[in-house]
Formats: sequence, structure tokens, C-alpha cells
Amino acid sequence: MSLMHQSQVSRQPTDTGRVMAWLLLSTLPGIATLTWHFGLGVLSNVLLAGAFGIGLEALVLRLRRRTVRPVLADNSALVTGVLLGASLPPGTSLWLILVGMVAAIVVAKQLYGGLGQNPFNPAMVGYALLLISFPAAMTQWAAPHGLLSADGLSLGELLARVTGMSSGMNTGPGVDAWSGATPLDAFKHKPDALLASEFWASNPLPDGTQAAWRNVALAWLAGGALLLYKRLIGWQIPLSMLTAMGVLAGFSYAVDPSHHGSPAFHWLSGAAVFGAFFIATDPVSAATSRKGKLYYGAGIGVLVMLIREAGAYPDAVAFAVLLMNFTVPFIDYYTQPRTQGHARPNRGIKVTRLDDEEAS
Amino acid sequence: MARAFDFPGGIHPPARKAASTQHRIATAALPRRVILPLGQHAGQPAEPCVEVGQRVDTGTRVAKAQGLISADVHASITGEVVAIGSYPVPHPAGREETCIVIEGDGIRDDWALLPSLDWRRADHATLHARLDASGVVGLGGAGFPTQVKARVRERNAIDTLIVNAAECEPYISADDMALREHAADVLEGARLIAKLSGAQRIIIGIEDDKPEAIRALERGIAAGQAHPLPISLKPFPARYPSGGEKQLIKRLLDREVPSRGLPADIGVLCHNPGTLLAALQAVRDGRPLVSRVITLTGEALARPGNVEARLGTPMNELLATAGLDDDRLARLIMGGPMMGMELSRLDLPVVKSSNCLIAATLDELPPPPAEQPCIRCGACEDACPAGLLPQQLYWFARSREHEKAELFNLFDCIECGACSYVCPSHIPLVDYYRAAKSEIRANAFEARKAEHAKHRFEFRQARIEREAAEKEARRQARAQAAKRPTSMAANSTTSAAESTAQPQPATADADLKSLRIAQAAAKAAVRKAEKVLARVSQSTSHKGQPQGQSDGEIEDLEVQLATARENLAAIEARLAAAKDAAAGTTQAPTPPSRSADTDQERTP
Ligand code: SF4
Ligand code: SF4
Repeated sequence: MSLMHQSQVSRQPTDTGRVMAWLLLSTLPGIATLTWHFGLGVLSNVLLAGAFGIGLEALVLRLRRRTVRPVLADNSALVTGVLLGASLPPGTSLWLILVGMVAAIVVAKQLYGGLGQNPFNPAMVGYALLLISFPAAMTQWAAPHGLLSADGLSLGELLARVTGMSSGMNTGPGVDAWSGATPLDAFKHKPDALLASEFWASNPLPDGTQAAWRNVALAWLAGGALLLYKRLIGWQIPLSMLTAMGVLAGFSYAVDPSHHGSPAFHWLSGAAVFGAFFIATDPVSAATSRKGKLYYGAGIGVLVMLIREAGAYPDAVAFAVLLMNFTVPFIDYYTQPRTQGHARPNRGIKVTRLDDEEAS
Repeated sequence: MARAFDFPGGIHPPARKAASTQHRIATAALPRRVILPLGQHAGQPAEPCVEVGQRVDTGTRVAKAQGLISADVHASITGEVVAIGSYPVPHPAGREETCIVIEGDGIRDDWALLPSLDWRRADHATLHARLDASGVVGLGGAGFPTQVKARVRERNAIDTLIVNAAECEPYISADDMALREHAADVLEGARLIAKLSGAQRIIIGIEDDKPEAIRALERGIAAGQAHPLPISLKPFPARYPSGGEKQLIKRLLDREVPSRGLPADIGVLCHNPGTLLAALQAVRDGRPLVSRVITLTGEALARPGNVEARLGTPMNELLATAGLDDDRLARLIMGGPMMGMELSRLDLPVVKSSNCLIAATLDELPPPPAEQPCIRCGACEDACPAGLLPQQLYWFARSREHEKAELFNLFDCIECGACSYVCPSHIPLVDYYRAAKSEIRANAFEARKAEHAKHRFEFRQARIEREAAEKEARRQARAQAAKRPTSMAANSTTSAAESTAQPQPATADADLKSLRIAQAAAKAAVRKAEKVLARVSQSTSHKGQPQGQSDGEIEDLEVQLATARENLAAIEARLAAAKDAAAGTTQAPTPPSRSADTDQERTP
């Protein structure tokens, strides 16, 4: 029995509620930069998803006849909401967010038994469901008009969009301002005949799009650095994921720079950094041993690059994370550390069949 | 790589040792009444050898060791045995155990000392017998009988004796203070144990946050230069649990104790300073273990410090002397805050394994917050000094998947509590591991119940056989003695017709030979049984719960050992008789002698 606990004696955040609170704090640079470039729609996403997260968690807990208060205090539903909200296109409709959060909190998390029991990353389950069910809405990114610019949506327009009052995505006010693509998306649909340099020279995206995405990625990186500094996440997953992406991207870029993005392009133009620090590191659904985390992160990096290069979706962090979630039990069995006093680590599952012996 | 020479993980809890290291070790007032539990050590409880009403002196043996893994208990005050019965003892579940209660007048203190021995001259058998008769056990917490460990040589070759002065757990400073004041004696005790175990060198492992103890040791080593055995002092930065036996060996020698093995398997013996001091006092001063140094600390005490207290002293007396503020006391802990146990009452006796009492206030060691779900953050893995995956063990322990837990090396967990200390979800991980371990052991015990019954039956058979063999041997000896005067002249062969048990010389030779072979085999069987028992008892005795847990298993092994000894005794009786017969009547018959191992009647 350990009668002393780190949380009583150290200023490191060492209980789950505070861990999550620090996590939320670390998302602030990313969210602020997103808002700066893409407008208030980002905030509405985050706030709505966070609120739904808490509400749905409380609802399900009540239905499951569990105490609500201490569980909510772990802040994990809020984190899921914020992370999903930050991944959605700015100004996503309320209803979509609700669908996504039901998938995330109710299905992916609570139906599996609540925090700690979910094999899949809840935020990414919600995201993937929305992406498959509403591909159009989910790939429309606002042009980076900036928070204060007149070209962006007014508050009223935003409200109308979010509550679904405006009739559909492609009509209504400011549709031009809203139709947009991410750099990854654009580059993916680049005509084959065009060389990369020519493509970028043709200004395929609204002004400042690339710079905006780069700034956002760097802001997430800053938040990630805070997580690392506070030891809330290990270095293993982000490093191995980004390295795997860099190696693959570097390889294909070296082979054919005119049709492939550079490593920097792949790192900085999509959800790679956000995914590496905030999504893939979700401890519950990630591999758990130190070595396992390296394999897990590398696996995500490889899958992201495969889907980006060969798949139908421009970005792939959600799918890659979910696919690797499947492999976690397997990775965990094969990456046990070497216990002191053992010549080599255990591998795999070799449960002795005691009952057989008794039966014979 | 520097890391290779170290154990993985570890944590840095606040030491909180300053409060109890301000003053020298005080001597606690002589108690008027002591309660001496019979099971203050790993293994079988001792058996009382005094009666109610009997007068005893300080140091009189009041209970005798039972079986191989056990230790004597001695009266710790002068007075009268007033009761032998069940009393509450320090135990995590608040168990009661048979105790001997002695009452004195609080003034008279007459010692029953054994003769002083010079360990440099005395032979091993004498020294073993002395340790045996002094009730010395490991004082670090596990309470393993020292004489069993001292006889390690019969089982393993030892090259290094490690003095475990790390004392890495917060609060505890008993060894630190003992070293400051008795460094020379501790070193002397180490040399004594090194001699017994055959160790070629002594290494002292100590955390570098004890500069005064280190200086005292340096002085002691310098003063003892004349002695041939090299002693090296190795201070290292504090990190819990560097005082864990396996971790310390890894850190000092870069050797790993094999899973389910013992330090002795890799040629190492570990003792903590208090134990060495007690061993030396038992040999040099003839003083049995009747007192120990105990740290009294915690913010609910006005005068924390270390005291030398008689065993059996009620804790509340010691705490009162140290200025206990009842209102501020939130929890009383015996041992350290990481591996110790919380006590539910204050009037429990100090036992051999009580190294520390923490009278903690609410602010100091608040009750743990509610357990939250595991988020698999891996903090526990980073802290684990045994290279385990505590988070996985936790899942398996919780869902009672014992096979998987064992597969993930549950039994390599040293229950250090580092994982619980860092877990952000406040999961009392160690409690889960302990529960799983004892459940697994209980299952194994259930499964082998029939086997145990068989062993007990075998033991009874062996005893009957041994008695028969001895009787036969005595009868023969008498017969020979009776006819010696006549056969002296007539010389040997006439005796052949006398007894059917006495064969012809030719067959007698063959018989002798086969008996000798049988004797060798029986001796080997005894040694093997001893080895198994020593191993199992040593590897299952854990800090914080010296008794209980694996009683069943150890008891069974004790039965097997007793059986092997009975067999050996029977064969030796027969052998002696056969030798007599073969030697004929030329010499005086030697009485059937039983081996040194079996001369004490030790049946469980
Ligand atoms: S430290 Fe606690 S919450 Fe984290 S993985 Fe270990 S058991 Fe789970
Ligand atoms: S208690 Fe066991 S599992 Fe936990 S850190 Fe210590 S050795 Fe590792």
C-alpha cells in the first residue's frame, strides 16, 4: 500500500482531472491560431462540442446509474469535445457536431465502459463517422479570411449556419467565402500533367491558405511542447509518427519532387502535428509500453502517408489512428519490457493450458 | 552506458527524515508489561517454552523455534509470565496471534546472557548455534531468520556481502542513526557474517543523503584496515527503491537476481545494518534479540527521534514519550509510507520487524482521493523498478485473469509501491497485486491439499520407522554389550548366529555399503528439502507482511523436510547398528548417533 502519493507532494499535475486540465490548456495556442485565421467558426465548434461532451457524458452516466460528479471532474469528456471541435471545419452545423459527439462519447466511450475502457480514440471515432457520412460538409474549409476581416462571416451568418437555419452548404450568404479546400486537398486533386511548382505558382488556393495552415501546425507544436514539458505525454508517439511521415514523404519527394509533397509540406499542411501530439497520444487507446508506443506512432505515420498518397482522402490522421487502435493489443503483447531477472522479455500470449493436464 | 549499471524506473518521494535525525538514539523507558508475539519472523511461529507464572530474566528464551524457518523469542524484560494467549499484533488486517505476556516492575532488569564468543576463533557450528539461540532475524522489515541466511554456504557459493544501508523509504532513519553511532560494530557484524557465508568482500550501499553515516563508516573502515577482508563504501544518489535487494544488487554489482530466485543464486548476500549489529551483539555479548532501534516520527509527535525499545513494548507508551498529540493523529503507520502498513490501534506491541512508526497528521499523509479509471498513461511503467507493465498487471488483477497476470510476471513485482505513488488516477495498484498474488497462492495451495495430506502421512510413517530402527539399534547394542566379556576372548564370528539382524561378515559389508549409499541419498534429500524451504520462505517473505500469506506452503515444506530428516535418522541408526555388528565385539559399541541436523526434535 502506498500511503504517499505524488500529487500530495509535487507540483507536477498528477491526477487525472488536472492532467486533462493541462491538456486543455495546451490546446489553447492551436485553437487561438485556428480562430485567428479561420474565424469564429472554430470557437463555435469547440464550445459546442465541449458542451455536448459534458452533457452527453452526464446523461449516459445517469442512465448507467453512476455518480456523475466525480467522473465529470476528470475532464475527459471535455477534452474529447475540444479535440473533435478543433478538427472539424470551422462553423460546422450544430447537428453534425451532435452526431459526432454522440458517436464519440456515447458509442465509442461509454458503451465500452467509460474512461479507460475504450479501445478506440473517441474523438476520432466521431470525426471518422462524420467524414464518411457527410463528406461534403466535412471537406469544406473556410478560406483564411482572418478573424477580423470583413470577408469573413458575420456573427449572424455564423449563427445561422451553425444552427442549420441557412439552407444547406452551397447556397446562402457568403458561400464563396466558405467554399475552400485545404492545401492537402488541393494538392491531391492537382492535375497529373501539372508539376508541383507550376501548380503552386497557379495560386490554387485563396491567399494565405498555406501560411495559415503552417501557423496552425506550429501553434499545435507549441501546445505539444507544453505537454511534453509537463510530462503529460511521452516523446515516443509524436516522434515516431512524425519521423515515419518524414521518412516516407522524403523518400517519395526525393524520387519525384514534381508530384509529391516535401516532408515539410506533409508535416505542416494537415492535421499531422495536431494528430501526433494531441490525438495519437491519447493514452487510453494507444499502445501502453514505451517500446509499443514507438511502433504505434510509426504505424500511424506510415498509414497517414499511405492514405494521403494512395487513398481517397486528402488527410488521414483519424483513419490511421483508428486502424492502429485495432493493433494495440497485439503490439502490447509483443513489446513487453524485459523484467529484471529475466534473460529476455516475454513475447505474445502463451497461456499455459493447465486444465488440459488435469483433464487427461 | 551508465544506465545499464542501474535498475530501471524509480521515484523521488520527499525523504522527510530530518525530524527524526536531530538527536542521538534514546533508550526507551523499561516497560512494565510486554507482549511478545510468537510469529515475529518469516516462517513458522515459535512454540512457548515457559509457563504462566514462571519468572524470567531479560534474555530468557520464552518460545522455541519450530522447523527450519523460524526463530526463538526471548523475554525482553525481567518479570513474570502472566499470560499466553491471543492478542492483537501489528498486521494489515488487524489479526490476533498467540503472544506471551510478561509483567515486571519497570525497574529490575536482570539479564540472562549467553557466554561471550570470539567470532574470529569460534567455528561455524558454534556461531550458527549462537545465532540460532539468539532469535536474530532481519530487522529491515521482512523478518527472515538470520541463522538460516547465515547457513547459505551449504546451498550457494557467496562472493559478496552487501550491507544494505540505502534506507530509501521516506521517514525511516533507524539504520542511519545506528550507523552514525555504531558504525564500527556494524562493520564488525558484517565481517562476522562474511566469515560465515564465505564472502570475499563487503560492499556497503548507502544513499548519499546520509553524510554523517557515510563519514562514520569511512572512519570505521579506516580503523579496521588491519582486517584482510576488503570493505568498500559505495554512496549513490537517492532514488526509491534503491534499498530493494534486487535493485541494490543491480546498482552495485550490475547483477540481476533471476526471476523467482534469490540473491544467493548470484553469489550475493544482503543484510541491513541493524541486523548485523544484532548478530554481533548476539555473538560478542551473548545478548539475544530483545530490543531494537525504532524511528518514531510524524508531525503528530512533538519529539520525534529514534529510540532503542524493548520488543513487546506497547506502541502507545513509546508514542506518548515522544509527545503524541492525539487530536492531530490521523493515521499510524508501521514501516515506511511506501511499503508499510496502517495500524488500526495504538496499543500494539513493537515487534522485531517494527523499524518505524509514523504518527501522521491529516495534512501530512492525507487519505487517498477516490480511485479513478486507469487512463493507461504509462506513468506507472516509467516508475517500475522491476521492468514490469503495472497497467497491464492491474487489468489482469482486476479481472482475475491470473494466468495472464503471471505471464506478465506478476511474481516479479516487489510491491514497492512506486507505481501507486505516481498513478494520476490514484489507483492503489499494489493492493491489487497483493490480492492477486495471495489468491493465486491460495488456489495453488487448494490444488495441492491432497498432496500435503500425503506428505503429512509420509512424515508419520517415517517417524514410526525411525523409532523402530532406533529401538532395534539399541537392542543390538545391549545384546552386544551383554556378550562382550565372553566374546572378547573368543573373537568375533560367534555373534553371527545370535541375531538375524546381524548378517555374515561378507553380507554385512555389502549391507554396510548399501546403507552408506542410502545415508548419502538421505542426506542429499535433507539438503534438498532445506534448500527448497529456505528458497521459498525467503522469496515469499515480504516487507510489511512478515507472517501469513504462504504459511500453508511453508508448512508443507517443513513437513517434507522433517520427513527427510526422519528418514536420515532411521538410516543412520541402522547404519550405526550395522557398523557395530561388523566391527564385531572388538570395540565398544558406539551409541546410535543421530546427525547434527536431527538432534533437535523439530517436528512441525
Ligand atoms: S499510472 Fe495509473 S492511470 Fe497511468 S497507466 Fe498506470 S495505472 Fe493506469
Ligand atoms: S509495486 Fe510492483 S509493479 Fe509497482 S512499481 Fe513496484 S515492482 Fe513495479
